[in-house]
Amino acid sequence: MKGTDALGEAAIRAGCRCYFGYPITPQNEVPEYMSRRMQEVGGVFLQGESEIASINMVLGAAASGMRAMTSSSSPGISLKQEGLSFLAALELPAVIVNINRGGPGLGNIAPSQGDYYQATRGGGHGDYRMPVYAPAYVQELYDITMKSFDVADLYRTPVMILGDGMMGQIVEPIYLHERPDVEIPPKDYILDGAENRPSRIIKSLILDPVEMEEHNWKLKRKYDLMAHELPEWEEFMTNDAKLTIIAYGTAARIAKGAVKRARSEGLKVGLLRPITLWPFPEEAIRNLAKKTKLFLVFEMSTGQMIDDVRLAVEGKVPCEFYGRPGGVVPIPQEIARIIERYWLQKEL
Amino acid sequence: MKIVYTRPKCLKPVPNHYCPGCGHSIIHRLICELVDEMNMRGRIICIPPAGCAVLAYNYFDFDVCESAHGRGCAIATGFKRAQPDRIIFTYQGDGDMAAIGTAETLHAANRGEKITSIFVNNAVYGMTGGQMAPTTMIGQKTTTSPYGRRTEVEGYPLKITELIATLPGAAYVVRTSLANPAKIRETKKAIKKAFEVQMAGAGYSLVEVLSPCPTNWKVSPREAFAYLEEKMEKEYPIGVMKDYTAKKDK
Amino acid sequence: MAAKGKITINQGLCKACELCLTVCPDEAIRLSEGLNEKGYHPAETAKDSCKGCALCAVMCPEAAIEVCRG
Ligand SMILES: Cc1ncc(C[n+]2csc(CCOP(=O)(O)OP(=O)(O)O)c2C)c(N)n1
Ligand code: SF4
Ligand code: SF4
Ligand code: SF4
Ligand SMILES: [Mg+2]
Repeated sequence: MKGTDALGEAAIRAGCRCYFGYPITPQNEVPEYMSRRMQEVGGVFLQGESEIASINMVLGAAASGMRAMTSSSSPGISLKQEGLSFLAALELPAVIVNINRGGPGLGNIAPSQGDYYQATRGGGHGDYRMPVYAPAYVQELYDITMKSFDVADLYRTPVMILGDGMMGQIVEPIYLHERPDVEIPPKDYILDGAENRPSRIIKSLILDPVEMEEHNWKLKRKYDLMAHELPEWEEFMTNDAKLTIIAYGTAARIAKGAVKRARSEGLKVGLLRPITLWPFPEEAIRNLAKKTKLFLVFEMSTGQMIDDVRLAVEGKVPCEFYGRPGGVVPIPQEIARIIERYWLQKEL
Repeated sequence: MKIVYTRPKCLKPVPNHYCPGCGHSIIHRLICELVDEMNMRGRIICIPPAGCAVLAYNYFDFDVCESAHGRGCAIATGFKRAQPDRIIFTYQGDGDMAAIGTAETLHAANRGEKITSIFVNNAVYGMTGGQMAPTTMIGQKTTTSPYGRRTEVEGYPLKITELIATLPGAAYVVRTSLANPAKIRETKKAIKKAFEVQMAGAGYSLVEVLSPCPTNWKVSPREAFAYLEEKMEKEYPIGVMKDYTAKKDK
Repeated sequence: MAAKGKITINQGLCKACELCLTVCPDEAIRLSEGLNEKGYHPAETAKDSCKGCALCAVMCPEAAIEVCRG
């Protein structure tokens, strides 16, 4: 199944019944898939007049108690930032997909990881956090999409799925399982007309700084809980690795190929692949820092996740960086060459 | 003696933050009267704006969802699509509706979203301190048009209601004024009809209300109401611009 | 005989905008000498001429006026 279709199908099977989006390459297959499937399952598909409108439609649907999502690509995600900040502030669950393309500006439509900062630091305003998942395989994309709706409901938060055109276009065999049983607490915050109950308000305006501070700390406690409960990562041949590559998404697929090559030449190389970019799997990296001699961060950008790696490593092990921004997708041999270079240079 | 007029139940019994003589408070009251009279409390949801009416939820005793500046019609669309049997309305100022939210508004109207917008035109940005609005009158002084609005610099008052009336998705489009008790009663009738149009599933309904902002017009409430009638109604003629029920009769 | 009316003003809500005075055909309302909690001179009944037409209540932004007739 193709990545974008897997994503759409997982959303439908996760009970998503509202999709709002605005076309942008390279993710148009998502709204196209949803426009077909929503009709079949009696859900809502609506092409908004912009990304801003679409995310606000998602907000309205989420406040109605529906599982709602939107998808876009980098320039469109920039436009959604206001809405993301509001979703976070109002504690409304929603799933936002970013099929990252080359940038800044219009950039190009090739696979890129240039939106890491925007995704993990909150491109929107204010003191908020949002879980960000970066799947690397179609099955994982399917599983994570399903899970994202549960995470969104459990923590009452927007959740982002960050992929790129490669992830969207790749075709892999997958197992289309149904939604796992996750108990979602009753949605006692939704607005559906105050029939036989006191009226409700969904708002983020808190004019009193002391009250606002309280709200910020309350959100922070939730973010701390997510930081504790949500980190996910994959480790590949890290046990005896002297050089550990850290890469996510498409870059991690490439890096895995490079690790296999290096291993076949006898080099003790491993890969750590963050699956959640926020919360970042710091603990896992800190543990590896006790074993490995060198971290090599590979990103399809000029270097963004490297900051988080350095924060986790705390200077205990050197961290090198290799990046290919702009939509360039290197082949595993290229990364293997970089590995060899460091291997010799650092006398590992 | 029997009571012929009393405060509506849905209007919480609290003082509001609006300035003396502000039109927002009158419109709030009219809406609440209708929610009571039409028995809508259990199925109505309001999306107020960023603007002086941002705190509407402090006064409306029914469900209210905040919106980012200008996004009301998109949020309302999300609500209505998710809950087609509820009555959804946005409450928006001129900046919210006709500047930052123009796209959301026009497209919701054009899609024929079965929602209602109450559009409070006071020709200024009230909340932020009286800056120029898209609806500011030619020659009108505001804090960002200190020499008066000049068409060669700031363009013309935007008549978004007239624009919306041209859209097939809009079923009922009307402009009213708060200038005197008779016109306030007309405004209430118009809002009532707008809700009825929504309930009938006929399409988008819009009530623009010409409303005073004494504070930023820098006049007394009395003078503000006079200005409404003498000046604003000249630039913005009141009346029904579109009514799908009238069309059906023909 | 003309209808007889009576208004009750919730003075705590009044902001002395004078709109009720402006529209009352019978000059039945005036601003009081005293101040309310917010520091306004709230409206009060001026004389017994009220007809219960409710124009003041329709106008009042604060929904502070209740009108009886009979
Ligand atoms: C994105 C954004 N830009 C600007 C503002 C600041 N702001 C709040 S209300 C407002 C204008 C209000 O004017 P109007 O919509 O006419 O409402 P009024 O207060 O006059 O009723 C502005 C500019 C904001 N809240 N958000
Ligand atoms: S500033 Fe103007 S619109 Fe805002 S509350 Fe005061 S009078 Fe009303
Ligand atoms: S009810 Fe009519 S007559 Fe009586 S005080 Fe009000 S406006 Fe005047
Ligand atoms: S209209 Fe209402 S607020 Fe204004 S003076 Fe009369 S009673 Fe007071
Ligand atoms: Mg305004």
